[in-house]
Amino acid sequence: MIWINALLQGILLGGLYALFAAGLSLIFGVMRLVNIAHGDLIVLAAYLGLSTTIVLGLHPLLAMIIVIPLMALLGYILQRGILNQTLGDDLLPPLLVTFGLSVIIQNALLEGYSADPQKMNVGALETASLSLGSLSLGVLPLLTFAIAVAVIGSLHWMFYHTALGRAFRAVSDNQDIAQLMGLNKRHVFGIAMALSLAITGIAGILLGVRTNFDPSIGGARLIFGFEAVIIGGLGNLWGTLAGGVILGVAQTIGAQINPGWQLLAGHLAFLIVLAVRPRGLFPRMTG
Amino acid sequence: MPEPLLSTSQLCAWYGDFQALFDLDLMINEGEIVAIIGANGAGKTTLMHSIAGLSINKPHQVIYRGRQIGALRADQVAFEGIALVPEGRQLFASLTVEENLVIGAQTGRKGDWQLPTVYQLFPILQERRTTPATELSGGQQQMVAIGRALMANPDLILLDEISLGLAPVIIKTIYAALPGIVEGGMSAMIVEQDISKALAVSSRFYCLQEGRVALEGQSQTVQRDAISRAYFGVQK
Ligand SMILES: Nc1ncnc2c1ncn2[C@@H]1O[C@H](COP(=O)(O)OP(=O)(O)OP(=O)(O)O)[C@@H](O)[C@H]1O
Ligand SMILES: [Mg+2]
Repeated sequence: MIWINALLQGILLGGLYALFAAGLSLIFGVMRLVNIAHGDLIVLAAYLGLSTTIVLGLHPLLAMIIVIPLMALLGYILQRGILNQTLGDDLLPPLLVTFGLSVIIQNALLEGYSADPQKMNVGALETASLSLGSLSLGVLPLLTFAIAVAVIGSLHWMFYHTALGRAFRAVSDNQDIAQLMGLNKRHVFGIAMALSLAITGIAGILLGVRTNFDPSIGGARLIFGFEAVIIGGLGNLWGTLAGGVILGVAQTIGAQINPGWQLLAGHLAFLIVLAVRPRGLFPRMTG
Repeated sequence: MPEPLLSTSQLCAWYGDFQALFDLDLMINEGEIVAIIGANGAGKTTLMHSIAGLSINKPHQVIYRGRQIGALRADQVAFEGIALVPEGRQLFASLTVEENLVIGAQTGRKGDWQLPTVYQLFPILQERRTTPATELSGGQQQMVAIGRALMANPDLILLDEISLGLAPVIIKTIYAALPGIVEGGMSAMIVEQDISKALAVSSRFYCLQEGRVALEGQSQTVQRDAISRAYFGVQK
């Protein structure tokens, strides 16, 4: 029974990892940009959520109403102001610039909030759980998983059924020809980053109500996000959810065997998938 | 004489240190079909890219409806009403046939060209509308590329080697569609390797040679040996 429990917890944890990954996957797909600061932006969102709950007295989940648009705005400004200038044939400049951004965010958070671990309190929701026979599932992890499925589903739908999704795919296929259609790629990239950071806003708050966070934990979130994307296969959003779940399950099963093995088991699962299927489990069919 | 729809003045283009176009002066009137001919590497595609905004020039080097558009980006030029059918078709691989057409209408310019009219022009595209565009045959892909440009309801359409690599019967179908396209008053600039084809459909032509205009004139009355000289750069 403890194994089934670990499995279920892992699946639910995978939802959070998929949320870490979705924003990364989106911008890599649209503009081939690897955002090294992604994990720190998740942590930044958690702190923005913390400040919102303190200043406005809002419930952390309601704080999303403030944090999501703030992060989206930050994404658009960041893309138009800095990141667009780094994009080109060379992959190195965006890597270096987002690495620099990562350092800046960490230091700014240290300066503003200190290194003390923080957590957002969701009151009764914290301990609420549903019992299924002898299993018990936390309401919060269930909610997180449901949100992850909803976010991935909406993104997928947006990608394949809206004008914006069409623009994303067109720009990803061929930037010059997309410009000929009247699409300003700089604006399209700005929108993509806004969307990516909006998801980061959701992920950051869900992270902050689930565990303690401090300014230094962004790097590990970035790695989890990367691993979920790669396991699932680049360019496939549902694959990213599957990747998150596999990573989550590997971690909880690993922890069940030996509490120290949680992270190791996750990385091992990632390496095994990479060795067997270098392009991930569900790579996109075309291209 | 009325003001031309589009003119270039002293248009130059560079790829790094390599100069591909030298002080080109050419123009196209409203409702006119102009052919651009020239050997491989003469600069025909470069000219089209310069007009469409894929390479940026000085503002005054391209004048369109009296406005300086030389420094506009390609997306801004598209809103002005200039559409390019690029060499090699260049369809969006992740988009279906219909999505490729619909994205052509991204600028929201109004006009007769909409999905039904494009499907009327090329009925086969309607049958294949949900197919990924790059899975079509070369000829059908070319139809999508033309349809995609038409969907923008441009005033000026630039056609870069639309018969490249296609079977003669397909080329015939595509060229048969041309009169229907320009009868609505659209102007067209046509790049074509096949000189007789280019001269047959156009009223005037420019022959480029190594980035310069080597000869220009009326398509119907030009002497063939004059063209050969301009085309191949044979000295008199
Ligand atoms: N991306 C590029 N980088 C460097 N040089 C280029 C590039 N594109 C074209 N050129 C050079 O510019 C010149 C003009 O090329 P362009 O493609 O405009 O010729 P073209 O008349 O369209 O030829 P074709 O009939 O082969 O299509 C050629 O000498 C070509 O080698
Ligand atoms: Mg060419």
